[in-house]
Amino acid sequence: MTTVATTEEGTASPYALSHLDALESEAVHIFREVAGEFENPVILFSGGKDSIVMLHLALKAFAPAAIPFSLLHVDTGHNFPEVLEYRDRVVAEHALRLHVASVQDYIDRGVLRERPDGTRNPLQTLPLTERIQAERFDAVFGGGRRDEEKARAKERVFSLRDEFSQWDPRRQRPELWNLYNGRHAPGEHVRVFPLSNWTELDVWQYIAREDIALPDIYFAHEREVFQRSGMWLTAGEWGGPKDGETVEKRLVRYRTVGDMSCTGAVDSDAVTLDQVITEIAASRLTERGATRADDKMSEAAMEDRKREGYF
Amino acid sequence: MSTITAEELSATTLLRFATAGSVDDGKSTLVGRLLHDSKSVLTDQLEAVERASASRGQEGPDLALLTDGLRAEREQGITIDVAYRYFATPRRRFILADTPGHVQYTRNMVTGASTAELTVILVDARNGVVEQTRRHAAIAALLRVPHVVLAVNKMDLVDYRESVFAAIAEEFTAYATELGVPEITAIPISALAGDNVVEPSSTMDWYGGPTVLEHLETVPVSHDLAHCHARLPVQYVIRPQTAEHPDYRGYAGQIAAGTFRVGDQVTVLPSGRTSTISGIDLLGAPVDVAWTTQSVTVLLADDIDVSRGDLIVPSKDAPATTQDVEATVCHVADQPLTVGHRVLIKHGTRTVKAIVKDIPSRLTLDDLSLHPHPGQLVANDIGRVKIRTAEPLPVDSYADSRRTGSFILIDPADGTTLTAGMVGESFASPEPVKDDSDDDGWDF
Repeated sequence: MTTVATTEEGTASPYALSHLDALESEAVHIFREVAGEFENPVILFSGGKDSIVMLHLALKAFAPAAIPFSLLHVDTGHNFPEVLEYRDRVVAEHALRLHVASVQDYIDRGVLRERPDGTRNPLQTLPLTERIQAERFDAVFGGGRRDEEKARAKERVFSLRDEFSQWDPRRQRPELWNLYNGRHAPGEHVRVFPLSNWTELDVWQYIAREDIALPDIYFAHEREVFQRSGMWLTAGEWGGPKDGETVEKRLVRYRTVGDMSCTGAVDSDAVTLDQVITEIAASRLTERGATRADDKMSEAAMEDRKREGYF
Repeated sequence: MSTITAEELSATTLLRFATAGSVDDGKSTLVGRLLHDSKSVLTDQLEAVERASASRGQEGPDLALLTDGLRAEREQGITIDVAYRYFATPRRRFILADTPGHVQYTRNMVTGASTAELTVILVDARNGVVEQTRRHAAIAALLRVPHVVLAVNKMDLVDYRESVFAAIAEEFTAYATELGVPEITAIPISALAGDNVVEPSSTMDWYGGPTVLEHLETVPVSHDLAHCHARLPVQYVIRPQTAEHPDYRGYAGQIAAGTFRVGDQVTVLPSGRTSTISGIDLLGAPVDVAWTTQSVTVLLADDIDVSRGDLIVPSKDAPATTQDVEATVCHVADQPLTVGHRVLIKHGTRTVKAIVKDIPSRLTLDDLSLHPHPGQLVANDIGRVKIRTAEPLPVDSYADSRRTGSFILIDPADGTTLTAGMVGESFASPEPVKDDSDDDGWDF
């Protein structure tokens, strides 16, 4: 006896959903659960590809009605101008309400202090969590994916945060079937990740299939960059280059969009979605490994920030 | 991965599967091997593992470090919780629920198995079928995971002998079949050496079946929906109230089972009102037919009262509604579940008050014996419960529908998810459980 039961090879049912349809359907289900169970949800929107896909899914989930959520952007003050432009365009196009929590305001008021390395990613946590409390948001959609990082692989789809917005991985609720539990006490909120089960490649394939517009910086373009810690950073008023770092013009694109001070560009000549997908499929580096300085600080950098309330 | 074309990628399906097995069985190595040999581990991840392994004084890269996500897990060398992994081949995309296998983590196995279409159960070829293996098989059977793979690991340590494998496969298959596991595939592997995980083994030419990955790539992921009871839990009512859509009133939800067609006579539960489906929108585009697990918006011909929590079903195939639910449950919270406990029950999109009327028995997974009237269920316990609900619920048997036959119990005071429930009979076979244990009540 070798194999006890045989597999029915090649018997694809006409009812089988493609992996993108399955992921889309699941994400829409998550959006609708939140709309049904919460009073005041908000979508974190950075103008990056994941939040753009979230917005697209939300539009489909409630069509032909409007999205019953507002948007929240945590503005680091070091944004790519193309991304801010994109943000304002989609907000106007879909008549959405946008909240902006500004890191620069906190620095100007002396509440937050600029870090010596110039990165503002960790500084986003306080403006984010204070705005959540101030607006009494009870559900906060994030574009985080479990494939991004090993701490995120442990994240629930519905992730309860206490009144300090903290994540405690040891006290997570088991998540069974598709029965999401959104119960929370006043002051607590739930972070919701509709793209939990998507990979970077899924996101790009979905963008291509749905023909979703993106900020130009996701496609190859000539840009003045300089090298720091093995990454190509955009020269700018945020604090680079420093002495000894030289600016050069290179053909690059971005795999992620975040704060300019810690988001690196990759060498690329991919100018179409198909070329980007081919490039991602062939890449031997993860998205964050290739482009995020802040995750390289320690083995648990992401986990530590998430515990404090980061998304 | 570099050989996958865009066309191939878009044609793929998704398989959700779970692994079960204790650390000693080589589960981490199997998971690491699957990820590594399917080229799903990227250079920077592997470098991070190599760095961490070297700093711990280990010789080669410890692939288990790929799956230890939390600081506490790395520091203590334990797995706290389910982690989800993603990998792809040209034929299929995979979501792997990587669950810790010890008895105290039964709830995590239940969590992983609840969404899985396949479970890989590992055994050590030197030890054969042990208590833990039977426990894993019982959970797969309870959760009605459609496909079970028995991976007989460490074949390299038994000289790759066919007789060892055949004996284990036979014993396991007999046990799991008795529990009602519908499909069992046994594969002899060495996760460490890479035999039959991704690449066929050159040392076990007596084995003619698929490798683990090949089986994962080809196992069917959806079932014949023709015989399924169609079910649509209403999540949200979409009413644009705009000039363009002044009268649009759509009932949005993810189809839990079966198919719905325009023109179908439907009944809305629990009210029992009937109407006809006048339209189905599939995320903004009208369609004539929609099926499981599509997220849709259904329009009805009549203006009847339908709201979140209702269940739309074919009028000719409606489940009975009941306020008395009998189910097998796995208790997942640290605080116990007791008779008289006031809880919330979330079934589909409906959450109602309920009370635990009785806990007739607790199941011992090791030998499937029943302890009558345990009084309470503590974390990781599996037992039978009787629940009285404040409002009637249209429940199906879990055997018929994993979506509309399942529920969770929630603590109304602090929102804790207490219990995972499966309506109806525990196991597929008629009488697998025996009640002849010398129960002295020590565990009450």
